[in-house]
Amino acid sequence: MLQQFSYDLAHLIGATVLMAGFGMLYQRRIFAVLNTFAFQAFALAAAAAWQAHVQHAPHLYATAAIALVFKALLVPFALHWLVERLGIHRTVETALSIGWTMIVGVALVALSILLVLPVTAKAAALTRESLALAMSVVLLGMLMMITRRNAVTQVVGFMALENGLILAAVSAKGMPLVVEISIAFSVLVAMTLFGIFFFRIRERFDTLDLHYLETYRGDRS
Amino acid sequence: MNSVIWQLVQIVLVVATAPLVTGYVRWVKARLQGRRGPAPWQPYRDLYRLLQKEAIVAHSASWIFRTAPYVTFASVWLAAAMVPTFTTNMFLAPAADLIALVALLAVGRFWTALAGMDVGTAFGGLGASREMLIASLAEPAMLMVSFSLSLVSGTTAPAQIVAFVLSGNVGIEVSLGLAMAALVMVAIAENGRIPIDNPATHLELTMVHEAMVLEYSGRHLAMIEVAAMVRLTLFIALIGCLFAPWGMAQPGGGPVGIMVGMGAFVAKSFVLATALAWFETAIAKMRVFRYADFLGGALLLGLLATIFLYVSEAV
Repeated sequence: MLQQFSYDLAHLIGATVLMAGFGMLYQRRIFAVLNTFAFQAFALAAAAAWQAHVQHAPHLYATAAIALVFKALLVPFALHWLVERLGIHRTVETALSIGWTMIVGVALVALSILLVLPVTAKAAALTRESLALAMSVVLLGMLMMITRRNAVTQVVGFMALENGLILAAVSAKGMPLVVEISIAFSVLVAMTLFGIFFFRIRERFDTLDLHYLETYRGDRS
Repeated sequence: MNSVIWQLVQIVLVVATAPLVTGYVRWVKARLQGRRGPAPWQPYRDLYRLLQKEAIVAHSASWIFRTAPYVTFASVWLAAAMVPTFTTNMFLAPAADLIALVALLAVGRFWTALAGMDVGTAFGGLGASREMLIASLAEPAMLMVSFSLSLVSGTTAPAQIVAFVLSGNVGIEVSLGLAMAALVMVAIAENGRIPIDNPATHLELTMVHEAMVLEYSGRHLAMIEVAAMVRLTLFIALIGCLFAPWGMAQPGGGPVGIMVGMGAFVAKSFVLATALAWFETAIAKMRVFRYADFLGGALLLGLLATIFLYVSEAV
């Protein structure tokens, strides 16, 4: 009974993370996307904390704290600040319409479930489902990076992808903390680099719409 | 024998309380917006006034225009009579089926749209076309919700779903949460609440439901208004019945069970109506072109609910 409950709750939190991924795809405005990302990171922290409780693995609490501090608070605030500094709080341009993006998203979820379930046939039920969910979150993050034209939302897509990786990491037993800390710091470093790049791109091209870069890259003549 | 009595009580109950529910939502909204607002029982007075008034019918109107209010009201009333509110021990419970419910609501909507186009004014046609747009998106989502519910419980009859959930076979199920979110979105669209439609508006560019019934007056308008109120009560009862059936009386529950069921129904309606008023105050109306995204989202939530069910089956 108790095991069933812990399983159900882990499933529920994982699904919340995934739903936040869909929420990001649904949003059009930059600030709404950032808020949804913060919510996703918050749900991720909850997932890590619950896994720490279930698996009796205290180091996962550290993972939860890292997710909470860095991804749910620091990164969204930094991006908020960046967006305000750059003055780009307008409607987000999407390359694909929202409806189609959502349909592709559901197809990706189905794909990851079809992929993960046969591959992990011998693993414990809890791990399998969390892996399927985490894989979906990763794919949705990639989809976000593909469908958005704005550099800021592409970065958010990248961070969402990272969230999926951490979700996968906490659900698999026995992942050492070193890996997680290095992931967290690499995200932070990436954030800083992205921030610098935003300024550089805008200085150079007067916009953050990557569409305009294509002429320079040689895709269009 | 009891089941017939409870069925009759239910039939009267849904119509009698519907104006109060609507009035209560309006009152809470007014309070949240800093107005005093009319008393919650104001809709009863409005309906009484409308019934006293003469019904004006346009020269170009055919029999469809005069029949539509009654057909709409009858279909919605019948649908509301089938959804268990305080007990599942009802005469019509075996006939009540989520798919039949969708069909009955569709009949009412079809007649309203016909009546909107019948007089030949521009607004009627515009409202009808928008209503059909919303319906064509909301209906698949609603059906998807019933499919995922029937996959969980093995039936599409609300009374049996209630019995299944109350027997404690269901834990915290992700699919049920997703299905509930989808049903709430559908309910918002079907009742023409903000962000899809504003029930209080008479601004031509944004109205959907109001545009169709613009030509009605007197007792016809009263029928249409009651139908809208009963539809709101129906959806509140449906959400309460499918996703929070606790407290509902079962067959053989006795008078105590019925009393508990009544109390639970009042409490659930109270909570849901307050939540609706709060939500409507907090959110802005959506552009017409975004309806497809909103209701497509509801459909996808229903789809995801079904997918997750297969995952938990496979594990």
